[in-house]
Amino acid sequence: MKVIVDQDACIGSGQCVLSSPQVFDQRDTDGIVVLLQDSPEPGLREAVHEAARICPGLAITLPPS
Amino acid sequence: MTDALFPMPRAAGCPFDPSPELRRRIEEEPVSQARLWDGSTPWLVTRYADVRALLADPRVSVDVAQPGFPHTNAVSKARDAYMKTLMQMDAPEHVAQRRLLISDFTIKRMEALRPRIQRIVDDLIDEMLAGPNPVDLVEAFALPVPSLVICELLGVPYTDRAFFHRVARTLVMDEPDPEQAIAASEELNAYLEELVDRRNAEPGDDVISRLAVEQYRTGVMTRREIATIGQLLLVAGHDTTATMISLGTAALLAHPDQLRQIRDGGDPALVANAAEELLRYLSITHTEARRVARADIEIGGRLIREGEGVIGVKSIANRDPSAFPEPDTLDVRRKARHHVAFGFGAHQCLGQSLTRVELQVVYGTLYRRIPTLALAVPLDELTFKPDAIFYGVRELPVTW
Repeated sequence: MKVIVDQDACIGSGQCVLSSPQVFDQRDTDGIVVLLQDSPEPGLREAVHEAARICPGLAITLPPS
Repeated sequence: MTDALFPMPRAAGCPFDPSPELRRRIEEEPVSQARLWDGSTPWLVTRYADVRALLADPRVSVDVAQPGFPHTNAVSKARDAYMKTLMQMDAPEHVAQRRLLISDFTIKRMEALRPRIQRIVDDLIDEMLAGPNPVDLVEAFALPVPSLVICELLGVPYTDRAFFHRVARTLVMDEPDPEQAIAASEELNAYLEELVDRRNAEPGDDVISRLAVEQYRTGVMTRREIATIGQLLLVAGHDTTATMISLGTAALLAHPDQLRQIRDGGDPALVANAAEELLRYLSITHTEARRVARADIEIGGRLIREGEGVIGVKSIANRDPSAFPEPDTLDVRRKARHHVAFGFGAHQCLGQSLTRVELQVVYGTLYRRIPTLALAVPLDELTFKPDAIFYGVRELPVTW
């Protein structure tokens, strides 16, 4: 699967980090999302989908691969 | 039913459930008008998907100066006119101000606070166990926890904590007189401005120190602007968390099978899951998410015109069966992280990661350390707060 993040839309809620810390992190300086890997393994699918669903800034998109 | 006064009364004997009128609306009139205390008639948006769409829509505004903005009550209207925080700012001003603060609320920073929060909670439980039994859990525990945590976060010295707690309490309690609320606000601002000076001279590892050094010393922000941020963090993080502790405990004591799972499971992941479910189930901000339309927008098939007030009713959205099967059941094992108790969109709660850690520590500690905790009065004798900004219990007499 593919993951795209939009740092301008990110509001720094950190909820993606709670859902999937292997895929998402927050910059220490301003809390904005950092993508740790853009093609996570299938085992992380459910967690990444949750992160995309709950993101309050609608900053995570999962394009069909 | 435009005449129905909002917030609407709950059913007798169902203190944890939203009003039956909201339940009717989500099924029959999901976007419909209601009447507020001042006679205005904003739209109520009730369905989960619609509430998310509304709160993520850049065409709605939190500008309290707009004539159509749906004010909660006279006190909050007066306070909004007196002090503008990021809760009342639209983009781009809001984005700039919020980005100043996000780094203080990252998951990493909040996790780093966990041991200090654990200590605050353990110390308060020690004091409670050494004191009178029964006791009011609101005064003895629920209010002091967030008050002390905010002191840690802001860097309020230990010797000032009694003062801080007293002023904070006046500020966040249901103060009937707008002038008194503003006087307390002014007293706290004066204190926080002085704290900016103290921290500028002697910085520590806290929010006020960081803002004093990075923003005040460099001439970017005034002391008053930093004090306003401190006050926002206090107002937003105090009575909210306290209410989740006291009302959450009341709800768990009313659902002993659920309480037992948290208490006896010894599983931090289950406690974290339970905290999300309690946030969903209780949705304490029953004055809800208030906005004003900056353009004509269509929500749930209804046209809301530019300038009209609109309220995203998170509490009933969190009971929408299309998002949460059997929504009226409290189930600590439910997957509920997609709830909108913290709001949605750009204004979603800045302090949510702190709240999560606080609630996880409290729910994971209080019932384990006091396994015989019980209500000291019958549930139906508790006094709830239907008119407050946050829906909760006035007192929670407990025994053990």
